[in-house]
This record gives sequence, structure tokens and C-alpha cells, in this order.
Amino acid sequence: MSSETLTTKDAFIKYLLRLADDRLILGQRVSEWCGHGPVLEEDLALANMALDLIGHASSLYEYAAEVEDKGHEKDHFAYFRDDYEFTNLQLCELPKGDFAFTIARQFLFSSFSYFQYEKLKEVNDEQFQGMINKHLKEVKYHLRHSRDWVLKLGDGTEESHNRIQEAFDELWIYVGELFYSDEVDEIMISEGNGTDVSTFHAEWKNLIETTFDEATLTVPDWDQFMMTGSRKGIHTEYLGPMLAQLQFLRRSHPEADWQ
Amino acid sequence: MTTKTLYTEEQIWDFLQEVTDPEIPVLNIIEMGIARSVSINDSGKVVVKITPTYSGCPAMNAIEKMVKEKLEEKNIPEFEVKLDFSEAWTTDWMTEEAKIKLKDYGIAPPEKTTADDDFLTSLSSTKIVPCPYCDSFETELQSQFGSTACKAQYFCNSCNQPFEHFKCI
Repeated sequence: MSSETLTTKDAFIKYLLRLADDRLILGQRVSEWCGHGPVLEEDLALANMALDLIGHASSLYEYAAEVEDKGHEKDHFAYFRDDYEFTNLQLCELPKGDFAFTIARQFLFSSFSYFQYEKLKEVNDEQFQGMINKHLKEVKYHLRHSRDWVLKLGDGTEESHNRIQEAFDELWIYVGELFYSDEVDEIMISEGNGTDVSTFHAEWKNLIETTFDEATLTVPDWDQFMMTGSRKGIHTEYLGPMLAQLQFLRRSHPEADWQ
Repeated sequence: MTTKTLYTEEQIWDFLQEVTDPEIPVLNIIEMGIARSVSINDSGKVVVKITPTYSGCPAMNAIEKMVKEKLEEKNIPEFEVKLDFSEAWTTDWMTEEAKIKLKDYGIAPPEKTTADDDFLTSLSSTKIVPCPYCDSFETELQSQFGSTACKAQYFCNSCNQPFEHFKCI
């Protein structure tokens, strides 16, 4: 097999799709809480965050379609790609679990997003920059929300403490991938449109560790075995069934339009 | 065949005043800072740029449709409604009148945004928002998210009323 050379345009599309896929898949998972939240306020909060995430995905897909310039609509990326074409983090596709599991995942993802967006907010591409700055404002609320709950659950009752600790222990195998980087990132960084994830790894770890400390939680082993491959389309068994649910209606009515 | 538009940009702005936010019907889309620009090109085509408040705001499609309906109703022959993402919407774009109307409607208005440089160190602190009904500061945050993404849920311990706060972004 000959090695393909990645053009700047290809890298840009892949970069936008990775960001968008994370948000669509996580948004879809979080939306499963709608009508099932433990209390009304949290039902609303989770549904709103799901909307934010899907909104972020929508604008990123729209821009990816524009950069790609092949006549695709943004819906193409959400509804007409198969699981191996999705490049979201495995962390995002895991089933919603209990409330503690959802909160633990939201905290890991929104803290990562926060630092990533902070570094991306001065990218050269004007339209991309506009999106990042908009998303960042909302991500700050997501981070506040999930961090508050990590503290409440961790430092709450024995039951809540155990549940959130177990959630983090189970999720830990998926955190390694947050800091994965490859030639797509390299090209984007050299174009002034990407960020080097290693530059905020220490800051992110520090936020996680100080929050765990305050929440009386134990930080799992950073050096344990970590999953890999999601940015290349390798996923857990959970993505396929989720996409089936997400995509079937649109695939049954491919010409359907929202308008 | 070209039809000359009968309207000026100012008149188009006046029409936009008649389009209200479907979630907060006391405010129109100019007061909300949603309508960003109006331009009329040489051939008379009207271009209205609007920007979403929150990325996932479900009212956005409705607003876009309402603007189009308004322009159709005014018999504007050619128009386009564009979504503008270049600058992130901020509550600072809401007019002062809008904030007063919000308060009268029972929603605590957003205050002016401040630089968020200490975001990480202030993660645990919550803002004190005065109650829109009795102006008391004895209020507490119940949830960062209210009935829509743009609002947070508060409770006033003085008049025992739950109320919403339009979050400041």
C-alpha cells in the first residue's frame, strides 16, 4: 500500500471532523437523559448540554462541508458515514451509564475541551476562530456544571462517592486518547490552525488532580493500559448500535429535509 | 427584469423590529442582538445577517423562518437571510431597553461580561444575581441550565420565588 500524502485541505477536513464527531456522538449520548434525569433541573441541564454539543457539531460539519467543497451538506457527515468513518473518541460513545458515569465523562471531556479551545481561540482561519470562541463560552458552563457535580458526588454520601469513583476507574482506560496526535495535528499546527495537545497536558492533569483531591477521590493510574485507535476509526462495540438509531430515519428517507 | 426595492435599509430594520424571539416574546431580534446587519445590493436584493445566541439554540431555525416570512409579507422581491458565525454572540449586544424588559418579564437580565482570565481559579464561585421580582440579593443558584440553554435557574429566599437568570456570555 502506498502511503498517501495528506494535503493541508485534507488535514483541515479531518481536524474539523474529529472535533465534530466527538461532539455529535457525545451529544447524542447525553440526549438519552432527556426525560430520565435524576431531578428536573438535571434533566434540563443535560438536555441543554446535549443541544450545545450537537450545535457545535453542526457548525463544524457545515464548515467541513464548505472546506471539502464536494457539494455535501453537513447532514452527510452525521447520517451517511459508517462507524469506521467516524473519528470520535471512544470516550464519547460509551453508554450513558448511571448519573455518576455521565458526570465523570462530562468532566473529563469538558475539561479537555476547555483547554483545547483556549489554545485554539486564536487560530488563523477566521471562520474557524469564530466558531471556537462561541463554543468556548458554552464549554465553560459545561465544565462548571460537571466539576460541581464531581465535588458533590465525590464528597457526598458513601454511595455517591463509590459510584463516581467507579465511573472514573472504568473511564480511565479511555483518557489516554485525549492526548493522541498525528500528522493531521502537525499540519494544522504548522498552518496556525491547530493546537499541540501536549502543551496543555500538564494543566489539564492538574485540574483533574486538584478536583479529585477536593472531591476526596483517588486518581487512577495514569500509566495504566490505554485504548487507542479512535482517530483512525477504531471503535468500541457501542458506536454501531448508536449510529443505527441516530441514522436510520434519515437513511430511510434520504431526501427528507428539515425545512 | 429587475425590480427595484421599495424600501431603505432603515425600513428593513423597522420590519425586523416586528420579529420577536419565540422563547422570550417581549424582545425583538434587534434588542436581542440577533439581527446583525442589513444590506441592499445594487440589484435590490436584501441581505439580512443573523447570528445564533447559543450554538444549539432550537429557536434559531424558527427565527430564520420568521425573518423570511416577515420579508415576504412586506413584498420584498429578492432577499437572503444569512447566518453569521464570524463573531460570537454576547449578551453585551442586548440593548439596555431589552434588559429592562427582561426584568419586567421576570427574567434577571445578564450583567456586563467581564474578562474571564481567572476562570480556572474561580470555578467554585457563583455570581450573586438579584431577584427580578423583589431585588433581593438573598438568592441561590439551583442549576446552571434553565428552560433554555441561555438561562440559569435561581431561587429567591426573600420572596420565595424561583426565577430565571439570562446567563452572561
